[in-house]
Amino acid sequence: MPAVSKGDGMRGLAVFISDIRNCKSKEAEIKRINKELANIRSKFKGDKALDGYSKKKYVCKLLFIFLLGHDIDFGHMEAVNLLSSNKYTEKQIGYLFISVLVNSNSELIRLINNAIKNDLSSRNPTFMCLALHCIANVGSREMAEAFAGEIPRILVAGDTMDSVKQSAALCLLRLYKTSPDLVLMGEWTSRVVHLLNDQHMGVVTAAISLITCLSQKNPDEFKTCVSLAVSRLSRIVSSASTDLQDYTYYFVPAPWLSCKLLRLLQCYPPPEDGAVKGRLVECLETILNKAQEPPKSKKVQHSNAKNAILFEAISLIIHYDSEPNLLVRACNQLGQFLQHRETNLRYLALESMCTLASSEFSHEAVKTHIETVINALKTERDVSVRQRAADLLYAMCDRSNAKQIVAEMLSYLETADYSIREEMVLKVAILAEKYAVDYSWYVDTILNLIRIAGDYVSEEVWYRVIQIVINRDDVQGYAAKTVFEALQAPACHENMVKVGGYILGEFGNLIAGDPRSSPLVQFNLLHSKFHLCSVPTRALLLSAYIKFINLFPETKSTIQEVLRSDSQIRNSDVELQQRAVEYLKLSSIASTDVLATVLEEMPPFPERESSILAKLKKKKGPGAVSVNELEEGKREGELNGGGERGDNSGISASNASTPSPSADLLGLRTVPPVSAAAPSAGSLLVDVFSEAGVNDDGFLRDMEPPTESSDSLLAEGSGDSDSAPPSAVSEDPAPPLPESNELLNKFVCKNNGVLFENQLLQIGIKSEYRQNLGRMYLFYGNKTSVQFVTFTTTVTCPGELQSQLNVQTKIVEPLIEGGAQVQQVINIECLTDFLDAPLLNIKFRYGGALQNLTLKLPVTINKFFQPTEMASHDFFQRWKQLSQPQQEAQKIFKANHAMDTEVLKAKLLGLGMALLENVDPNPENFVCAGVIQTKAQQVGSLLRLEPNAQAQMYRLTLRSSKDTVSQRLCELLAEQF
Amino acid sequence: MIGGLFIYNHKGEVLISRVYRDDIGRNAVDAFRVNVIHARQQVRSPVTNIARTSFFHVKRSNIWLAAVTKQNVNAAMVFEFLYKMCDVMTAYFGKISEENIKNNFVLIYELLDEILDFGYPQNSETGALKTFITQQGIKGQTKEEQSQITSQVTGQIGWRREGIKYRRNELFLDVLESVNLLMSPQGQVLSAHVSGRVVMKSYLSGMPECKFGMNDKIVIDKQGKGGTTDEAAGKSSGKQSIAIDDCTFHQCVRLSKFDSERSISFIPPDGEYELMRYRTTKDIILPFRVIPLVREVGRTKLEVKVVIKSNFKPSLLAQKIEVRIPTPLNTSGVQVICMKGKAKYKASENAIVWKIKRMAGMKESQISAEIELLPTNDKKKWARPPISMNFEVPFAPSGLKVRYLKVFESKLNYSDHDVIKWVRYIGRSGIYETRC
Repeated sequence: MPAVSKGDGMRGLAVFISDIRNCKSKEAEIKRINKELANIRSKFKGDKALDGYSKKKYVCKLLFIFLLGHDIDFGHMEAVNLLSSNKYTEKQIGYLFISVLVNSNSELIRLINNAIKNDLSSRNPTFMCLALHCIANVGSREMAEAFAGEIPRILVAGDTMDSVKQSAALCLLRLYKTSPDLVLMGEWTSRVVHLLNDQHMGVVTAAISLITCLSQKNPDEFKTCVSLAVSRLSRIVSSASTDLQDYTYYFVPAPWLSCKLLRLLQCYPPPEDGAVKGRLVECLETILNKAQEPPKSKKVQHSNAKNAILFEAISLIIHYDSEPNLLVRACNQLGQFLQHRETNLRYLALESMCTLASSEFSHEAVKTHIETVINALKTERDVSVRQRAADLLYAMCDRSNAKQIVAEMLSYLETADYSIREEMVLKVAILAEKYAVDYSWYVDTILNLIRIAGDYVSEEVWYRVIQIVINRDDVQGYAAKTVFEALQAPACHENMVKVGGYILGEFGNLIAGDPRSSPLVQFNLLHSKFHLCSVPTRALLLSAYIKFINLFPETKSTIQEVLRSDSQIRNSDVELQQRAVEYLKLSSIASTDVLATVLEEMPPFPERESSILAKLKKKKGPGAVSVNELEEGKREGELNGGGERGDNSGISASNASTPSPSADLLGLRTVPPVSAAAPSAGSLLVDVFSEAGVNDDGFLRDMEPPTESSDSLLAEGSGDSDSAPPSAVSEDPAPPLPESNELLNKFVCKNNGVLFENQLLQIGIKSEYRQNLGRMYLFYGNKTSVQFVTFTTTVTCPGELQSQLNVQTKIVEPLIEGGAQVQQVINIECLTDFLDAPLLNIKFRYGGALQNLTLKLPVTINKFFQPTEMASHDFFQRWKQLSQPQQEAQKIFKANHAMDTEVLKAKLLGLGMALLENVDPNPENFVCAGVIQTKAQQVGSLLRLEPNAQAQMYRLTLRSSKDTVSQRLCELLAEQF
Repeated sequence: MIGGLFIYNHKGEVLISRVYRDDIGRNAVDAFRVNVIHARQQVRSPVTNIARTSFFHVKRSNIWLAAVTKQNVNAAMVFEFLYKMCDVMTAYFGKISEENIKNNFVLIYELLDEILDFGYPQNSETGALKTFITQQGIKGQTKEEQSQITSQVTGQIGWRREGIKYRRNELFLDVLESVNLLMSPQGQVLSAHVSGRVVMKSYLSGMPECKFGMNDKIVIDKQGKGGTTDEAAGKSSGKQSIAIDDCTFHQCVRLSKFDSERSISFIPPDGEYELMRYRTTKDIILPFRVIPLVREVGRTKLEVKVVIKSNFKPSLLAQKIEVRIPTPLNTSGVQVICMKGKAKYKASENAIVWKIKRMAGMKESQISAEIELLPTNDKKKWARPPISMNFEVPFAPSGLKVRYLKVFESKLNYSDHDVIKWVRYIGRSGIYETRC
């Protein structure tokens, strides 16, 4: 390329730039720029034509001003003019300006495209290159449209210079990336692939980037590139370092090209052709061999280039996963890097090994490096490398080394970085569970885990340990003993107290024989932690205490004393207070038999996928999941010895749909007369088995009405259960609540209010109607402190309602935080008159349990009333017009509410019709008139309500132009008075 | 309260850094530099909040003064202090420039120690400060003098020391006003107000008591009603009385007396000070009227004609008149013809600047310009910024008149008649704009 000679330097530009740099303040700079812009404008305006040099200079200045952050709105034309210059520097500046400041001015684009076309068809390689670079730099859709057809031709033409080919390949790649639909390779495919055979290494390097990108989209078309790539690779690999001259980088022949070739091969499965495959394997072996050779240079560039090829080769070997020999060799090679001085190499080695560990051929080979990896975990300075080491340990773990690895990870946890602790905890928990041979080891490990990193132990981890202890008879005694011992530490983590409380409450009897852990000692130990714990833990402990009363009757008085103390029974936290009150009553009223049944030991839990694993997957994000799953799938058959995990998907699905009786922690169902456990008490304990899918409302519903033994508090509690949703946990929308009709009637005469409420959820409603359109705002309030997840609502119009109402809903947020409220807007259009109400189905998970309830949306035909005022004679005239028998609907019914005139008036007004005064001769009677607005038609309706105060009866008469409307309105209204 | 005070040069280098409170860390200095001085977008707000720290800044030419605090302070107080600080510095070493600050940094730290204590502003009266912060170095002050300073600074009248003697008792009073206007092209006043200051220079002996009177509407009305003064005067001045919207006074003015009697009485500081500041919005005399005429001739040409009319007594002379006519951003050439003064196209400011040295009242003058435009591919229309104007006139556009200024000194034997009094009115343009 012709360099810019000294004489060609633009003095004016240099002066301008130095002026700008010398400006003392922003204002001064702006002044200078304004002055320069005015100067350039007057120059461009000037009648005499500017010579190329000054044009170039001014365009350069404009470009500089633009790059300083000022707007430039002229000079494009001059820049385009420069494109047609024959001087390289002028053309170059023109292209530079265009590619920085291109705008979508259609006229200008046409000119630019024209100039580019001219340059592309010129025989001058530098001009062609400039044009190609400009296309690639702009890379817009317009450019692609104009040149996508032209560039492949240049790329494959026989007489194109090598440097132009390079530019063309990269330019095409850029266009393909921005608008793949416009770049159609079709006929050029094979010729592009054959560029791999090009003499010029630069062309090959450029082409291979293009081919890699193209073959990722349509691998079949480019299949032929595999053999070409392999032969090219083998030629490079086998060449001496001096053969390639320009393309040898610090004694490594064409490292970039080699890497790109290896990466291209990773897009395809191993070649089927034996010869090609043999050649490739040979190449890979050579690369591995070369890694063993002493370095030809001490320079870091040499080793970097060599290692880059090596790592790319190892990735390819892992990708093929079919050559045990190569895999093992790769593994050994990586093993050497594990102790390398270079941190980056160690990191890469660990990362590659992670994937190697999942291959069945190299798993054993990876395992031989366990000591080194553990060492890396302990002594490595770089945190990211330590993280990789931990990942690798997790990946290489199997039955044979689980104990060692888990122990190492546990000891590392004490000093681990805070950022990775939670992940480490999950990993330890999973490994311990997966490869547990005897469960005492498992219990030990998890308790240790809680002791060391209690803060990072998520709920799932301790839920899981309890599940396992309860399901395994053989560890229960051991677990109780260990927990008891662990609790004796002066300071123990709250999670430990939770596990301790739960396990001792269930299995404390198993260690009660020992005088050192007699019931009272156990209780005192637990209670000594009580005051330091948070509310949920205290609630759990209270449940443990009541279980103690059942297990050890001798502790009854002590425990009752505790429950009776003001700090419990008058606790400001409603949850604790309720538990204390109820447990106290339960313990004093119920006989031992009843107690024994109520407080029975927990039944075993159904087997299912560990929730911890799910959590880890979630934490690691989608990228890591695939690795995990891969590994899961591979290990399933041969290595899974834990016996704990079954067919994940199947079981979890079946769990979700069958409510498990075991979830009722206190076994309350079996004892009808006693309604203990506070309604929301379940939230804590039931959570333990989050996926069992039974909520506390469910078990409340199962309770019988309270007996005389339960106090008023309990009576209220069970009263609530009327409104509890059915706990059908299937994914289908639940049938509408039995009371939904009643709820519907509540809203006939009003538009706003609370539609529905239970212990978890409150639904408020606000609606407004105008003519045949309505808008309804639903407010979903989470009454608990736990978030609702996967919250979805759907509105359906059953049966023929679909054609009568048009309901549109906006999607609600799938997550409602505890105590939060979300709003949903529903737009309703009334197409024609209708009878039924649309159904609103709400589904969400509360602490894992699926809640499913269906309500009727309070949309009734009267909402679309438009009041009509009319005089007495008008009214009667119309009344007479609607005298056909089917147009009238009449009902005589008893008053449900007191017959207060004002209340009646308010209700009739709420109905939406106009209340007509002084129309009916009898002042006691009410008459109303209104028009129902639907999209299809308008239905005029007249109403007459005659109250009879003595008999407490009403006679309601409705006349409207449509018989169904009269009927429906009559039904609706009869419920209102 | 102010936690710290920094002074930067235009490059953002710290010239003065004084931290008064521990909650302001070292990084606060850099935070302001990075986020305000070197900000990509020009920071327009004088108050910037960075990481729960508030920065209040004023700019004097190329110098940035920034007060920093973490607390919820009275922002007006902080700015008042910063302006006071500028005044004090100007009084001590003249123009606030990088060089002056560098040359006087010991003095500035000394001043800062005196006028700001643990972040609370203290006495910042230049006259008082000059008695004990001097640039001459410590002269052998006698005990007596020192105790005098102490008693003065801590006493009730901190702004004046006792025992001042002049052979000639003189008093200078300047009414300085700046008139702000925004006018529509049709000559309709869109907004107008006058902000004025009464600046005094007093060279009086002893501890005189002064009384200042002006044609404030409330006072005049009161007097008119009470009928204490002669009615003729009441009537004539009643016509010219002005309505002051709001005013503030120098600390020497007895506010209780102003509140009860609307009379401005005070013991003046020695030397120069600002007695009061005020603002009026009604019945403003607009000294100049600008009549613009802009015609677009095709896409590449613009014709501008501007007429200015002076609107005051023919005997008075306005000075330093400057009319600034903005030009479009794609101006490529300008031809100007004006009847009076000089006009020039200033490309760096994107405006035609027309200067007239002097102009008498009730006259008019005209400029016409032809602006050539470069066609651009930008569709944006020119926003037509208003034509602005600068001038100086020898009267108060608000109509304010000084009625009297009386001096009483009971202890020394000079009376009101012996004092030589000078009164001067100067009206300047503030933002005086006419849309075109």
